Amino acid sequence: MDVAYVNPFIKSTINAFKTMLDIEVTPGEPVLKKTSEHCYDVSGIIGLSGSAQGAIALSFPKMMALKIVSKLLEQEVKVVGPELSDGIGELTNIVAGSAKAELAAATNHTLSISLPNVVVGKNHSVTRPSGIPGILVPFSSPMGDFGMEVSLKTT
Amino acid sequence: MKVLLVDDSNTMRRIQKNQLAGVGIGDVVEAVDGQDAMVKLQNFMPIDVVLLDWNMPVMDGMTFLKQVRTDDKYKDVKVIMCTSESEKGKVLEALKAGANDYMVKPFTPEALKKKLGL
Repeated sequence: MDVAYVNPFIKSTINAFKTMLDIEVTPGEPVLKKTSEHCYDVSGIIGLSGSAQGAIALSFPKMMALKIVSKLLEQEVKVVGPELSDGIGELTNIVAGSAKAELAAATNHTLSISLPNVVVGKNHSVTRPSGIPGILVPFSSPMGDFGMEVSLKTT
Repeated sequence: MKVLLVDDSNTMRRIQKNQLAGVGIGDVVEAVDGQDAMVKLQNFMPIDVVLLDWNMPVMDGMTFLKQVRTDDKYKDVKVIMCTSESEKGKVLEALKAGANDYMVKPFTPEALKKKLGL
């Protein structure tokens, strides 16, 4: 997978956190994900289809996910439940939607995005179909560290 | 001004409702998808503005928009698409189907205020 395909997702992640949460997030060095390492507690996942296929996942430690949704709702969310899932799902949806437009402009790949799914579970890992490479971008922020993973197979 | 807020995400409805409150709009009706929005539109007229998400289960925003634009009694209802779909083709598709304006998520309260003409 061309690393250039990841740049729109990095840019849209930075923009979404800035606009929706008013925080600066800093991307680290993207790494090719060979195994299911880098586990988190809450992941928002959106499938990508069209002229390229794959998925994007935003993965957070539980406490960070709670802080994010609390800030989005302007109300403290203390427990893992529907509010957390909906908030993380919507954040992932916005990152994916914005990135696909940029990807289309930069590479001519026209993608459709699925409705978001959110997985909650301590130290779960996000895997991908065999043959579709994944690139993990670690992010740091004042709220904590999180991961953004893109897997995309171009045809 | 009465606003119909249509989005399947409770989080996004809360964000937009808070943004609307911030610009002085408290008369807000919420709907969770296009089908729900058709019912709410009928029951809560006069509605001045619909803030409409695109990707929703049951009935999506585009289907809702097309239905609304076939009914003359809603001709004065302003529809603003509020969606993460930001490709030029999508914007043109929405405008062609009768959307009055288009906002790409995420947007700031200032941007919303401007689109509402406040």
